[in-house]
Amino acid sequence: MIKVEWFYWLCGAIFLAVAVLTLADRTNAKRYGSAAFWGLLGAAFVYSTFAVHKTAPAWVLGLAVIAMALLVATGRLGRGTTPGPTRAEQEAGADRFGNRLFVPALTIPVVVIIFAVGLAKIHTGAEPLLEKSSETLIGLGVAAIVAVLIGFVMLRPKSPLAPLNEGRRLLEAIGWAAVLPQMLATLGQLFVAAGVGTQVGRITENVLPGNSLIGGVIVYCVGMALFTIVMGNAFAAFPIMTAAIGYPVLVQHFHGDAAAVFAIGMLAGFCGTLCTPMAANFNIVPAALLEMKDKYGPIKAQIPTAIPLLACNIILMYALAF
Amino acid sequence: MLVLIGVLLVVLGFALRLNPLVVVTVAGIVTGFLGHLSVTAILNAFGNGFASSRSVTLFVLVLPVIGLIERFGLQEQGRRLIARLDGLTTGRLLVIYQFIRQVSSALGLASINGPAALVRPLIYPMAEGAAERRFGRALPEPMREKVKAFSASADTVGQFFGEDIFVAIGSILLITGFVDTTYHLKLDALDVALWAIPTAICAYVIHGTRLYLLDRRLGRMAEAAGLSGRTDRAEAREAGR
Repeated sequence: MIKVEWFYWLCGAIFLAVAVLTLADRTNAKRYGSAAFWGLLGAAFVYSTFAVHKTAPAWVLGLAVIAMALLVATGRLGRGTTPGPTRAEQEAGADRFGNRLFVPALTIPVVVIIFAVGLAKIHTGAEPLLEKSSETLIGLGVAAIVAVLIGFVMLRPKSPLAPLNEGRRLLEAIGWAAVLPQMLATLGQLFVAAGVGTQVGRITENVLPGNSLIGGVIVYCVGMALFTIVMGNAFAAFPIMTAAIGYPVLVQHFHGDAAAVFAIGMLAGFCGTLCTPMAANFNIVPAALLEMKDKYGPIKAQIPTAIPLLACNIILMYALAF
Repeated sequence: MLVLIGVLLVVLGFALRLNPLVVVTVAGIVTGFLGHLSVTAILNAFGNGFASSRSVTLFVLVLPVIGLIERFGLQEQGRRLIARLDGLTTGRLLVIYQFIRQVSSALGLASINGPAALVRPLIYPMAEGAAERRFGRALPEPMREKVKAFSASADTVGQFFGEDIFVAIGSILLITGFVDTTYHLKLDALDVALWAIPTAICAYVIHGTRLYLLDRRLGRMAEAAGLSGRTDRAEAREAGR
């Protein structure tokens, strides 16, 4: 069986290689701190395998993660001055390879689809070929390997390290944002463990408008969106808002159609996801990937969509579920 | 109520534009202490949270190949390709991309990592190329940022409001799993998924309209930046069609 952990190790190996390259990069004024950051990240990816399988204590990993945050907080993470591709390089490449340049890029979605849709159903003997519920991630990992091989054979870069150096250039541009989504997942778990959810649920119960259907719909939808903005994840908001209002008020008291209330309620939460830096993998990482000056740029582009869409959800729930 | 201080810290930290990674770490530690967790429990939470969420960082695997083909002119080729498709403006391209992203997500392909695998190497260079064709290659920084922001948003909105139409997606399974066990209902996942369609249509209309209007917005920005000569010609040509 192909396991997703193999690809986490590959990812860890890339971070460790980036750490070594960074250490040797004299154009980076903060090369020691930066190498420590990427090295810790790589080691943490590998160590995580044992933490997940409970064969190693998780607190060691916790220390490593906090050490990474400390390196960032004290300004020790920097980047080298490796130049991006120049206009001349790009034009020469485009003249020479033309539309063939798209082949490696398009390989990625094609391979992912083959894995997620086709190979996911294949079994070798009794067990599935791909680890269950990780088919797309495995597909992404294989796609990356296939694409880099195609790219290498096609383009024949001068140095065998070229893909790693180019990957490092992009990774340095992303910087600390690469770890933020994982840190937020942790924060969400800590919020739950410390009882933040139950507290917010208790507050919403107090603002419940007495016997008004439209009032209940508004509190449920807006509550889902606001809660999601705070937690960064509609999944965290759903059980709490549903226990506070969705089920007792909208379904039991007003006899709403349960499937419609919950489906539209969740989508009201998604409107919140569009607006929050807490949903870093959707809102901050793309900004980092596109090397934007303003890391909140995508959120600013999405808020004017999220607000009318939330209003639509309120109207749809009121009109369709009751 | 004290545990909510963690939430407040996050809101304050983001509002003051402190480094989000640091804000989130501090908020987590503070929340843990206020919730009476021991130091070991907090460190364990950080460790387990990191280990179990590694999937969101796996997009890093595609960076080497994308960096490599960029070095050999991928973005330049994106510009050249778009230059040949004359009617395709930045806005129209993104309207089409959001449609593709939304429909493919509805068919269960939401988890293809859009920003790393599609937007950075393919969609953004073409969107920018279309803007450069209209306004010239010396696009001012705010216009580039606007194109980047809207390229990312087309991907995100498309994914969010497409994926819920697919039955086997996490959010649908969370809804049915949670209410079935908590309230002893028997919700049909397909039923829940179908109720996501009206919102999906609204999302496409609202964001699609804004993407369509992006061309005008870029036109105004170009005018303000003194690039108006080319704009007028391009717009006149479009109006004449």
